[in-house]
Amino acid sequence: MSEFKQTFNSSLGKKLIMALTGLFLCTFLIVHLGGNLLLFKHDDGYGFNVYANFLTHFPPIEVVAYLLYLSILVHSVYALVLTIQNRKARPVGYAIQAKSNASWSSKNMGLLGSVLFLFLVIHMSDFWYRYKYSGTMTYKEYRTDLSSGKTESVEFNPTSPDFENSVSTQNNFEIVRVKDLHARVESSFSQLWYVIFYVIAMGAVSFHLLHGFQSAFRTLGWVHRKYTPIVEFIGTWFFAVIMPLGFAAMPVVYYFTKS
Amino acid sequence: MSNGNMNLTLKVWRQKNAESKGAFVTYKAENISPDMSFLEMLDVVNEGLIHTGGEPIHFDHDCREGICGMCSLYINGHPHGPKNAITTCQLHMRTFHDGEIIVIEPWRAAAFPVIKDLAVDRSSFDRIQQAGGFVSVNTGGVPDANEIPIPKVIADEAFNSATCIGCGACVAACKNASAMLFVSAKVTQLGMLPQGQPERYSRVQAMVAQMDAEGFGNCTNTGACEAECPKEIKMTNISRMNNDYFSAKLFGQEELHEHASGE
Repeated sequence: MSEFKQTFNSSLGKKLIMALTGLFLCTFLIVHLGGNLLLFKHDDGYGFNVYANFLTHFPPIEVVAYLLYLSILVHSVYALVLTIQNRKARPVGYAIQAKSNASWSSKNMGLLGSVLFLFLVIHMSDFWYRYKYSGTMTYKEYRTDLSSGKTESVEFNPTSPDFENSVSTQNNFEIVRVKDLHARVESSFSQLWYVIFYVIAMGAVSFHLLHGFQSAFRTLGWVHRKYTPIVEFIGTWFFAVIMPLGFAAMPVVYYFTKS
Repeated sequence: MSNGNMNLTLKVWRQKNAESKGAFVTYKAENISPDMSFLEMLDVVNEGLIHTGGEPIHFDHDCREGICGMCSLYINGHPHGPKNAITTCQLHMRTFHDGEIIVIEPWRAAAFPVIKDLAVDRSSFDRIQQAGGFVSVNTGGVPDANEIPIPKVIADEAFNSATCIGCGACVAACKNASAMLFVSAKVTQLGMLPQGQPERYSRVQAMVAQMDAEGFGNCTNTGACEAECPKEIKMTNISRMNNDYFSAKLFGQEELHEHASGE
């Protein structure tokens, strides 16, 4: 056991943990963006609410979710430990520091990460905590006519406070009753300060991953003349441009199209 | 000035010893030829200080031709001054203009304590090197020059890493005062060659452990080291070192038999 401890307490071991948790969080972002694109469907939240219900009631996903929360915490704690060590490594600073070739994002990962942590606390308390534990969620009932395929939605008030979800078929109608997370999203994204904060946070994601994604591969030791340009391309265009834009589009579109 | 010589203002870090608190002192460097090296300019200033009964500015230097790694100096915010791929002794005064203010600081790192003024103690690098930066050579007859085939690209890469002179500019440039560029160059210059294979895993583990013990910071892949290195050592070395280190931790067999026999 001490061998493992020694490995993960070394400078390279700690960097390995940062890289692995960071890349795991990157893979999560892909799934998160993919699923949340359902928000752009004009179906009064049918697809999105069923998806949210699936995520919170399918055991394997719940296991991965807790692994994810653990990764966020480990990534943050190790970042803090590494930063403290790095500060200690230079007790007296320079009077003059010229502009170096190092990119802005690579020098400000801690600042960007702190913005992201603050964002995650607000984001999770608003959606994840409310959805699972607050008991303040409203419900929706989706009635799909199985012959025509048309879906209508109505408010639904469960009789039992422990009601989670139900699917039933009645007279050629499929009735799906789920928590209305979509309404929660709509109300959050109708506040200007909230939308602005989300857009800023997605900017932080962009710069964090602009450096972080390719840096993780460097830390893992996977640098190669042939493959590193591909990693840098994906890190720049997919993780630092397309993905933050996709996420930022959600609050912006909801804010400007609210009824 | 008619002869093209320059007058400069120097702000130099003066510190009596490791324990005392240092401060900047301003000096005039007058009638400096643009053909002088930076260290020769400091020699002139020191001559003047000695003549007026002052304490000369202490700075490290030895070969003065860019190969020994002894000179240091953080000049105007850059290790070894503003020019790329040269050491301070190779920096000429023509890089500066007449009347310029030049700020000279020592390397700043916990693992490089100030000895006096601009001279810092870089023996932490020696201890890292001693921990594993060597190969085992058997005694016996002289081996044939080309007995072991080594591809030219590998030989060139190993040689490029071996050009590191251990000056510590990478530590000075790094915002985390990390020594990973130095250590990785020393690890991979040997680890890439057949002669370095016997100690490949033990070397990387021992050198990284010593680097951590010396109190250097951790790499965040900013690339400042690579940009400031006078020998243009590449960051790729750091990835190679990481790869070797994790491989050693995963697959290293040194102590496997001991544990297997229950000792």
